[in-house]
Amino acid sequence: MIEIKNIYKNFGRLAALSNINLNLLAGETIAMIGPNGSGKTTLIKTLLGLVIPDKGDVLFNGQSVLNQWQYRERIGYMPQIGRYPDNMRIGQIIDMMVDLRRDKAGKTDLELIQRLGIDRILDKPMRTLSGGTRQKVSACLAFMFHPDVLILDEPTAGLDPLSSEILKDKIAKEKERGRLIIITSHILSDLDDLVTEVVYMQDGVMKFHKKVEELQEQTGEMRLNKVMAVLMDPCYDPVMQ
Amino acid sequence: MQKITKYVLLDILRNRFMIAYTLLLLLISFSLFMLEDSTAKALLGLMNVVLFIIPLVSLVFATIYLYNASEFIELMLSQPIRRRVLLTRLYGGLAFSFFVAMFVGLGIPVLLYAPSVQGLLLVAAGSTLSLIFSALALLASVITRDKARGIGVALLLWVYFAFVFDGLVLLVLFQFADYPLETPMIVLTMMNPVDLSRIFLLLQVDMAAMLGFTGAVFQKYFSGITGQLISAAVLLMWVFIPLWLSVKKFNKRDL
Repeated sequence: MIEIKNIYKNFGRLAALSNINLNLLAGETIAMIGPNGSGKTTLIKTLLGLVIPDKGDVLFNGQSVLNQWQYRERIGYMPQIGRYPDNMRIGQIIDMMVDLRRDKAGKTDLELIQRLGIDRILDKPMRTLSGGTRQKVSACLAFMFHPDVLILDEPTAGLDPLSSEILKDKIAKEKERGRLIIITSHILSDLDDLVTEVVYMQDGVMKFHKKVEELQEQTGEMRLNKVMAVLMDPCYDPVMQ
Repeated sequence: MQKITKYVLLDILRNRFMIAYTLLLLLISFSLFMLEDSTAKALLGLMNVVLFIIPLVSLVFATIYLYNASEFIELMLSQPIRRRVLLTRLYGGLAFSFFVAMFVGLGIPVLLYAPSVQGLLLVAAGSTLSLIFSALALLASVITRDKARGIGVALLLWVYFAFVFDGLVLLVLFQFADYPLETPMIVLTMMNPVDLSRIFLLLQVDMAAMLGFTGAVFQKYFSGITGQLISAAVLLMWVFIPLWLSVKKFNKRDL
């Protein structure tokens, strides 16, 4: 569904992404893991066309996304730090989004809005919201238009445990429907039951892209954070295993 | 994609600064018309307002507005919206709200006290200058990422067009005093929309004498239909070239 081909991106002298190649298919749930500053968000923003790569291409269903915009109809994006116009109210933002990107059937998915309790605070101005509430609004907007691809950048960071569970439940539901879901997160325990593949990045380089089962077999651990701990251990040598 | 324009407009028209600006223009125009005994004098006074305050306000307001809209821009660009469309709509919203401010703040007093060709041309010049300087502000805010630096660039542009440029022109005049400078002067004037509007307006209110020595040349040039068409085209270029450059730059920008 999404094919990333030889992407390079430099910010000044810093190589944010170098030679990234990835093939992501519908139905997969991908965990993008890596230390801070490893290029996860830059890669995500490249998929969305927010960052323009220096070299390489991103194909969405076989079509290049460079200079395109229509394909974003099929993507729901939840940013790491949601930034919204300060003087608008939650309800106005939601109405605006519905107005701008209602699908042909005019259907919107309001499940998260209700379950996260956003419908009760629709007249709160965005500038008064806490970080967690902003996250909730971002989540609602990402899921609202039945997108084929969900890109969630640190979705559960800053959410309270209850909301975090609701969100995970929603992600699981969308996974059932065969969506492609890309999640970056540091809280690996959050991802345990959801993830089917792991992409590991470091210093702008993709270290590996493997199925979870494969990694579990390779490391002999079942839980994702244990698996990653083994893999990230500097003494770990895959050849020895 | 008219919807984006709607949201941008709603946002700007709610802005307190825009309302204050309109009221200030209204206050200045009414007081000038009431204080001066002849409308011609009042129009000349208003001309100075148009030539100095409007470029300054358009530049600073538009730059600040565009920086404050960075969240909105980011939100919009992760939706199925074309970059070019978003940027031109943002500009359209700004331009329209400046038009409204201009019409209410300058147009209504002029219509009440001096409903003449000169008066209307003054309003037209004010609107054109707003368009030009908000396009320049757009360029400044697209080129520089930092808000403070962007506003600095905008202020520098204003100082350049309002003062420095005239100094440079004087320098050229003195250095090349022995040569016939009429045609180069007209070309130089085209390089500065403020000067171009000033000369245009002065000629309309029959103040060509104020332009002194070169006045006659300007009179001859700008009162001809070709001269007027060319200067109108040049003013339009001052809108479209910055706009085009901003779109080009914005298409390649990372967010």
